Amino acid sequence: MTDQQDLAIRARGLVRRFGDLTAVAGIDLDVRRGTIFAVLGPNGAGKTTLLRMLATLTAADAGTATVMGHDITTAPHKVRASIAMTGQFASLDEDLTGRDNLVMLARLWGFRSGAARARADELLAAFDLSAAARKQVKNYSGGMRRRLDIAASLIVTPGVLFLDEPTTGLDPSARQGVWHLIRQLAGAGVTILLTTQYLEEADQLAERIAVIDHGRKIAEGTSRELKAATGSGFLHVSLADPGQCDAAAALLMQHLGGSVQRSPEGAELSVLAGSATAANAALAALIEAGFDLTDFRMGAPSLDEVFFALTGGPDRAKDGKRNTTEAMT
Amino acid sequence: MTDAAAQTARMSPADTAQNDVTIAALRQVAPPRAPGPVSNALVFGWRAILKFRHVPEQLFDLVMTPLMFTLLFTFVFGGALAGSTGDYLQFFLPGILVQTVVFNSVYSGMGLSTDFQKGLFDRFRTLPIWSLAPFAGLMVGDVMRHLIAGGIILGIGLILGYRPEAGFVGTALAFALLLTIGFGMGWVFIVLGLLVRTPMTVMTLGFTILFPLTFASNILVDPATMPDWLRSFVAVNPVSLMTTALRGLMAGTATLTQVCLALIAPVVLTITLAPVVLWLYRRR
Repeated sequence: MTDQQDLAIRARGLVRRFGDLTAVAGIDLDVRRGTIFAVLGPNGAGKTTLLRMLATLTAADAGTATVMGHDITTAPHKVRASIAMTGQFASLDEDLTGRDNLVMLARLWGFRSGAARARADELLAAFDLSAAARKQVKNYSGGMRRRLDIAASLIVTPGVLFLDEPTTGLDPSARQGVWHLIRQLAGAGVTILLTTQYLEEADQLAERIAVIDHGRKIAEGTSRELKAATGSGFLHVSLADPGQCDAAAALLMQHLGGSVQRSPEGAELSVLAGSATAANAALAALIEAGFDLTDFRMGAPSLDEVFFALTGGPDRAKDGKRNTTEAMT
Repeated sequence: MTDAAAQTARMSPADTAQNDVTIAALRQVAPPRAPGPVSNALVFGWRAILKFRHVPEQLFDLVMTPLMFTLLFTFVFGGALAGSTGDYLQFFLPGILVQTVVFNSVYSGMGLSTDFQKGLFDRFRTLPIWSLAPFAGLMVGDVMRHLIAGGIILGIGLILGYRPEAGFVGTALAFALLLTIGFGMGWVFIVLGLLVRTPMTVMTLGFTILFPLTFASNILVDPATMPDWLRSFVAVNPVSLMTTALRGLMAGTATLTQVCLALIAPVVLTITLAPVVLWLYRRR
C-alpha cells in the first residue's frame, strides 16, 4: 500500500452515468506524485469522463477521489487551485492573440498586469511561440494551438496536470514536440495524468498505465508488467508471401495451440510459444512445409498485443481508430 | 520558421538554448494571493474590450442594421408617416435606440455559446475563480456594445437634425435606461446561450423572438391606425413601454409611471432568469 501522502491522485469506485449509459463504472486509481500516468483505452471507454471528474468539471455519481489531498466533491475550489487541465480541443479564445490569452489567465490567477505580461512572455518563449505572440489564435496551426493550450495550463505550476489526448490530431513531428514537453514537465516535478488511445504514447511516456474499457479498469501496471501479464515467450514470424498467412497461421496453431495474432499491415504472425523448444519445433515445421520466412524472433508481446488481448481483439481497436479519424475530419 | 521546423529544431540535441528557456519557465511558480470576485470580473471585462480591438468587424454588425433602419425609415417612409422627414426622425430616433439595444443583447448569448463550444468555459471552470465572473464579463461587453452602438446612432441622428428637447441630462438619463434594458434583455440570451449548442442557433432564435416584439410596438409608427387586437398587444408590449419612457426622457416629458413601466420587464427578467442562469451553469 502506497503512503497516501505520496499520492497526487487517489480515486475509489468513481462512477458516472449519462442517462442509461454508464461512462465510468467504478474506477480505482492511485497516481504517485511526480509521475506520468497514462489512461489507455479505445474511444468511448470513459477516459475523458474520468479525467473530467478528477478535474471537477463533471460530478461523480458515486465514489470518492482526492487530488493533491483535496476531495473533489467537498473541496472542489482547493482542487482547482492545484490542478490544470488541457482538454481534447484547445480551450483558447480564438479572437485574442496568444499573448492576450495567457495574460488573461495569469490575471485570473491574480497576477498584477505587469507580472501577468512577464509570465506570459516567459511561457511564450519557452513554448517557441514568441514569434506568434501577437497573432490571433485562429491563425495558429494545430501544433501551435496545442503548445499554447499546454502553456495556458502552466501559468501557475500545477500539482497535477490533466492532459486529455494531448497529441490527437497532431502530425508526427508536432507529436514528438509535445512528448518532449511532457517529459520536461514531469522532470520539473509535475504529476501528469494523460489519456491516450495510442499505445505507443503510453509506452513512451508513462511510468504506469491503466487500461480501461467500457468504463472499467481492466489492467494496470508498468508497460513491462502489462506485457509480462499477457505472457512472455511470444514467437513472431514474418513471411515473404503475405498470401501464405492463413496456411502458416493454421500450422502454428496446430503446433502451439492458442490464438495467432496477425499484424494489420504486414505478414507478421505472433503466437504465444511458451518455451523456446516449442517455438523451435514450430519453426522447423514451418520451414519443412515450405514457407519462406524473412524473419523470426522470440520476445515479449508488443503493447498492441497486450491491448488486444485485454480489450478483446484487434477488430474493436481498429474500430476505435476509425472513429477517431472521422472525429478529426 | 514553420511549426514543423520549430519542432524538429527542438528535438535536435544542438538546440539546447531552447531547452534552457523551457526549463526556466517550468520552475515552480506559486499562485499569487487569490484575487477577489471584482478583480476576476474586471479581467473578463478587459477580455470583452480586447475583442473590440481584435474583431472590429463586430462594430459594423452592431451599427449597420440600426443605421439602415434610421436612414430608410426617415427618408423613405418618414414624410408619408409623419408629414416630414424631420418630424419623423424626432419621433423615431428614441425608438431605434431601444431596438438597437434589444437586438444587440443577443450578442452576449452568442459569445457564451461560442465559449462553450470551444471548451473555453472548461478552462475557466478549472480555475479557482468566482464562478460567476465570466458572466459579469459578458455584462461589461454588453454595456460597451450598447454605449458604442447607441452613441453612433445618436450621433447620426444629431447630424440628420434630431434634437433631444431634454438636452444632455435627459439624454444621459435615457442612456441609463437603455443600459438597464440591455442588461435585462441580456439574461434571455444568456439562458439561450447555455441551452443551445451553436451560436448561429442562438442568433436565429433570438431574432425570431425579437422581430415581432420590436415591429409590433410603437417604435416605427404611432399604433393609432392599427386594428384593435394588435393595438391592445402593442399597448402592453414591454418594448412599447420602454420606447414611450425613452421618448419621454429625451423630450423631457417622462413621468415616473412611464419609467417604472419601462423597468418592469428588465427587473422581472433579471429576478427570474439570473437564478436560472446560475442553475444551468452549475449543472452543465
